[in-house]
Amino acid sequence: MNAPAYNFAYLDEQTKRMIRRAILKAIAIPGYQVPFASREMPMPYGWGTGGVQVTAAILGPADVLKVIDQGSDDTTNAISIRKFFAKTAGVATTTATEEATVIQTRHRIPEAALSENQVLVYQVPIPEPLRFLEPRETETRRMHALAEYGLMHVKLYEDIARFGHIATAYAYPVKVNARYVMDPSPTPKFDNPKMDNCPALQLFGAGREKRIYAIPPYTQVVSLDFEDHPFEPYRFNAPCALCGAEDSYLDEIVTDDKGSRMFVCSDTDYCEGRQAAGHHGSLSAAPYKDKAQGGANG
Amino acid sequence: MTTIAELPPGFADKVLSAQSTFRSVMDAMARPGSLQRIVPGAGAPDMMMRGTAAIALTLFDHDTPLWLDAPMAASPDVIKWLKFHTGAPVVQDSSIASFALIGDAAALPPLERFALGTSEYPDRSTTVILQVESLDAGRSFELRGPGIDGAATLQASIRPFDLFERLRFNEPLFPRGIDIVLVADDAVVAIPRTTRVVSKGS
Repeated sequence: MNAPAYNFAYLDEQTKRMIRRAILKAIAIPGYQVPFASREMPMPYGWGTGGVQVTAAILGPADVLKVIDQGSDDTTNAISIRKFFAKTAGVATTTATEEATVIQTRHRIPEAALSENQVLVYQVPIPEPLRFLEPRETETRRMHALAEYGLMHVKLYEDIARFGHIATAYAYPVKVNARYVMDPSPTPKFDNPKMDNCPALQLFGAGREKRIYAIPPYTQVVSLDFEDHPFEPYRFNAPCALCGAEDSYLDEIVTDDKGSRMFVCSDTDYCEGRQAAGHHGSLSAAPYKDKAQGGANG
Repeated sequence: MTTIAELPPGFADKVLSAQSTFRSVMDAMARPGSLQRIVPGAGAPDMMMRGTAAIALTLFDHDTPLWLDAPMAASPDVIKWLKFHTGAPVVQDSSIASFALIGDAAALPPLERFALGTSEYPDRSTTVILQVESLDAGRSFELRGPGIDGAATLQASIRPFDLFERLRFNEPLFPRGIDIVLVADDAVVAIPRTTRVVSKGS
């Protein structure tokens, strides 16, 4: 009576077969959005149902799963999805990027370099990069068929005309393998260069919009730009207040109602790893170990 | 008359065997030219290799029209086994097939007879599963394209000998095209439509 009433990794086998076939075609046609029959999941659309279905279709008992939400392993979304697969598939979970074989992510790419034996699964809200420029699916599909992406360049140009620079800061459009323009999901454009020539396989799942797409390993991914306005990743000009990192993507945290703020790494695993290795930022508490050493020396 | 009891079995563990087979095929597709192994967990009828049978059980079902080459289609064992274990409809028209099973690769029909997808839906194309002699010995080929860090080398004994020359028809077609999965016993190598293959001297 206590036996679970669901299959390994929740999804039934017929659904997994359908998703697996879509994943194979997605890998064969880098950047092309493959339609799939997205299922109802025991969580609302917008909570990563696309990513969850992709993860469920690839996950095996030997996998080690990491889930991040805006870089953090500790938010509700990340914890819920990690627990979901720990319960339904019995897989080991981790927060350490290097230990994971499957990493499901919402809106970030880990700071640590990914390796060949890892798969990065993105949760995608709106997979169609042209959707806000052209609402009709029939038209955007035709535009992809003809590789007609002038509209996207007009949009970026209008940014420059209005603001003096390309103001798109996240979901910054990329061209995959010199063919398909693709939405990298709402990752900050800081992360775009990490997608290029990445050793790990990158899979994208959009549950509500029913699309799966992929970037195979070692595939060229170019952020769209202009010769006189080249692509520039954006980062707050500050070190992390907790670990002092100068190279990581930062979250801005408002600390009172007088305008005080601190900048901290958005990738919690990266930040904690650096702190454990002895790096400090301007606002980190003095580590216990240092005090003990100070006492011994003094 | 063959009864069901006489058919070779499907996966002993449907769920986990399908998962591990899929991961091997996914890794093969993501890293063209790399040799992946399938852990055999099922029986295979007649002229079907263990790897082919595992892929069939993992990816085929009632949604995937299936085309068989003449030797496969001539084997009642193969037809019965596929029908019982996968339920995939076997079609005569290769241009509507999701998958094609090629038992005797020497008699591979012209590739343009398979579904190539459309410009709007390039995913609606046939995945051709080709049984070959060997994927770790034989002539050397150099592969380039997405999924490959620079160039990859594949050693294979493949019929038809001109398979990779014929696959060049994928190049001008992209994003339409044919994806190939080569199987030799339990070894799998995939050549998606983005991969460019050249024969190395020797």
